[in-house]
Amino acid sequence: MTTITDPKQGQFRLSMLLYDSRYRAITIQIIALIGFLTLIGWLLSNTAQNLAVLSKEPSFSFMFEPSGYDINQRLLDYDSQDTHLRASLIGLLNTLLVAAMGCVAATIIGVIIGVLRLSPNWIVSRLTAVYVEGFRNVPLLLWIVFTMAILIETLPRPSAFRKGEASMSLWDTVAMTNRGIYIPEPLFSRSLGDMHLLGASALRFDVSLDLLALLAVVIAGFLTSILIKRRADIIQEATGLRPRTWHLRLGVVMLPFLLVLTILGFHLGYPELKGFNFRGGIHLRNSLIALWVALSLYTGAFVAEIVRAGILAVSTGQTEAASALGLRPKRTMSLVVLPQALRVIIPPLISQYLNLTKNSSLAIAVGYMDITGTLGGITMNQTGRELEAVLLLMLVYLAISLTISAVMNWYNQSVTLRER
Amino acid sequence: MPDLSYVRSEMLPERAPPASQVGIVGWARANLFNGIGNSILTVLSLVFLWYVLAAILPWVFAPTWSKGSLNECREVFAADGGHGAACWGVIRERWVQLMFGFYPEAERWRPVLAFGLLFVALIPVLFNMISRRMNWVLLLVVLGLAGVYLGGVLGIIVGLALLGAAAFVGFKAFTTSKEDRAAEIASGVKRLPNPLFFSALYPFIAPWLLWGGTIWMPVGAALGFVISVLAYRSLLPFVGNLAGLIIAVVAALVWWLLLTAPFAGGLHTIIPIGLEPVESRDFGGFMLSITIGVVAIACSLPIGIVLALGRQSDLLIVKALCVGFIEFIRGVPLITLLFVASTLLNIFMPPGTNFDIILRVLIMVTLFAAAYMAEVVRGGLAALPKGQYEAADALGLDYWKAQRLIIMPQALKISIPGIVSTFIGVFKDTTLVSIIGLLDPLGLTNAIRADQNWNGIVWELYGFIALMFFIFCFLMSRYSMYLERRLRTDHR
Repeated sequence: MTTITDPKQGQFRLSMLLYDSRYRAITIQIIALIGFLTLIGWLLSNTAQNLAVLSKEPSFSFMFEPSGYDINQRLLDYDSQDTHLRASLIGLLNTLLVAAMGCVAATIIGVIIGVLRLSPNWIVSRLTAVYVEGFRNVPLLLWIVFTMAILIETLPRPSAFRKGEASMSLWDTVAMTNRGIYIPEPLFSRSLGDMHLLGASALRFDVSLDLLALLAVVIAGFLTSILIKRRADIIQEATGLRPRTWHLRLGVVMLPFLLVLTILGFHLGYPELKGFNFRGGIHLRNSLIALWVALSLYTGAFVAEIVRAGILAVSTGQTEAASALGLRPKRTMSLVVLPQALRVIIPPLISQYLNLTKNSSLAIAVGYMDITGTLGGITMNQTGRELEAVLLLMLVYLAISLTISAVMNWYNQSVTLRER
Repeated sequence: MPDLSYVRSEMLPERAPPASQVGIVGWARANLFNGIGNSILTVLSLVFLWYVLAAILPWVFAPTWSKGSLNECREVFAADGGHGAACWGVIRERWVQLMFGFYPEAERWRPVLAFGLLFVALIPVLFNMISRRMNWVLLLVVLGLAGVYLGGVLGIIVGLALLGAAAFVGFKAFTTSKEDRAAEIASGVKRLPNPLFFSALYPFIAPWLLWGGTIWMPVGAALGFVISVLAYRSLLPFVGNLAGLIIAVVAALVWWLLLTAPFAGGLHTIIPIGLEPVESRDFGGFMLSITIGVVAIACSLPIGIVLALGRQSDLLIVKALCVGFIEFIRGVPLITLLFVASTLLNIFMPPGTNFDIILRVLIMVTLFAAAYMAEVVRGGLAALPKGQYEAADALGLDYWKAQRLIIMPQALKISIPGIVSTFIGVFKDTTLVSIIGLLDPLGLTNAIRADQNWNGIVWELYGFIALMFFIFCFLMSRYSMYLERRLRTDHR
């Protein structure tokens, strides 16, 4: 008969740190931590020595000095006397602007192409496949520079409009020139004016009261519309008949909106050729358009694949079960297929939005002044503060990414299948 | 008896299906015109296709290959009726530059040879359908062609000898059947060495070919691995596995950091064999993209696997370090990391070090790709059923054996599509180096478009570069599909 005895307690030998699985995990972790800290310490001491030699002690005071450069495409007021901090803020807003525009356009393109790619129509599915493969297999930076070059080289100069060689498109409302595209701007003849916030600080901004009023009316309209829907739901529960509500819901949103527009005296200001250039209207510069178009088309190809995968992920059994229950095709789509497809589509879609936002940093290649172009471009080169500028730049992008990931995690938790 | 007026006594012959159900007509009815909506879509697509092709085809086939400037092209168009077409002269004049950048003309055979050897080295890794002997034949052919191209009496003699050897081995491989060969090997004929042997040597050969310098540098680098393995093997009986591993790594590091340079320098003074050194700033064009892409792809996979394992591990500190690294890298755009490479990496190093810009870019791109790779591999690890982990434990395998024999082969197989799309992404992202001033194809376009002769050229230039990238990336994605099919083990 054999007996198994435990090793005697209390006999700790040094070699057990390596060979005893109870202690080995701790040893490895401590070694890893020491290695990591040594690496960080080594890098930091090197950096300190090098910066001391260059006499550039780390400091962020340069952010409060006048920037001395202009930013042509901007959402807030800014001039070259403003600080680098304000320039970075303008850049950040430009990043967010092109990211938001790109996300909307990429979603629209992606959904249309993704659905068409599943079409039983052979030629349509082939054409969309060509689009998807073409855009996914060619670098985004190439598309951006390419689009920029096309805009600059093929669109007419403003002087061509004077000579009559070119004319404005869309019933004389939009001027497409090689200096950018001019579109009509919304104007209010009885404007409520602007609200100036935060005084004269670097973060000051103006809010148009007209816009606020319109926003308030639209939100109120939507809330009322939801109330109407709730009431219809209650009636349906009680009687089994659903009252017709769409005209009421549309009217509640649209009528007050149109009313406020009329009260404020809404009209469009068209671009006009004055001197050597167009005046009036909103001037979308080539850099913004090239970036927007290329980002949307490129990301749209990825979104199309996500949408296609999402729709394919819903098994046909679900559709058949819904028809067996007697649901009409439209209700099958909205109540059975879409909720399940969206569960698959939305997480990768959000990560595409994140990619698009990070990719918007390629703006620097066409001179669009986003946060990379201001803080990581001109500010860095002018002040010579590479360490601080790159650090701030990374922090800004990390903050954006972490915010988007937080939204994604929240969504994932809210749609997780709760299994019993 | 009732009078049956008609009873069929034999079967009728089968009739052909109606013409509208088979052939092109049937296919078109089933796929293009089944319903009003689809018919409208088809017609719209055809009209669109017609417009696009009518615009592109005459544009592409323009007799401008020999023209030396955009103005000469425009003269041709004006004589031809005034409609614009492609001006291909720019590609003829600049394609060498788009391929090699400013790499010295006399040395251009080196990147070409490195590229040819890359294929030879990749084939045994990527495909298993080609035989061992054919692989060596390929290597001999590439080397032989290089010898003949280099010229000189010696080059031609060696080149022809290599080609002859290739022809001989290839001929034998074709004429002996599989069974005969198996019998030969059984009777004691030596097999050729495994071609993976050459694939393992390639990482030392390629940088030497590209950057030049003394041959003792790559030899020294390779010796580091030999020393490490020897140290491990000789020490294994005396110390344990883990301690042996640590000592082996330390020995290799000491060799590389302290002894390789004097070793190479000393040997070079005695036996000076080497190639003309080429500066990194002369690198450019697709050569640069492929160099960065291949190195980043090859290094990011192992680093990514380690990071993924670290992220899945039970060791809290290791896990926290890996998660922090991955999330940080994935949270910032590549361009900021390239800014670090171009401006900050030298500041992080001990004062006085000034290491090569391409090396700095390689480090940052590799780290970037590794973080994405780690997430892809983690997806594969998570998709593996828990039973596989438990089965490995039940068999009594330790952690590394379980990973190597059970977990990783399956997890990597699951994540092939993700891995390859990361590869494609990395290769596309190499274009970003043009922003920090390296002359990849996109960086070169600025110079070409600023040239007086080609001022105003757009479609031909970018179209050509886009096509090149498309071919590389599309081939990679097709390869991933092939690999998925080859490794499929489920029942169909």
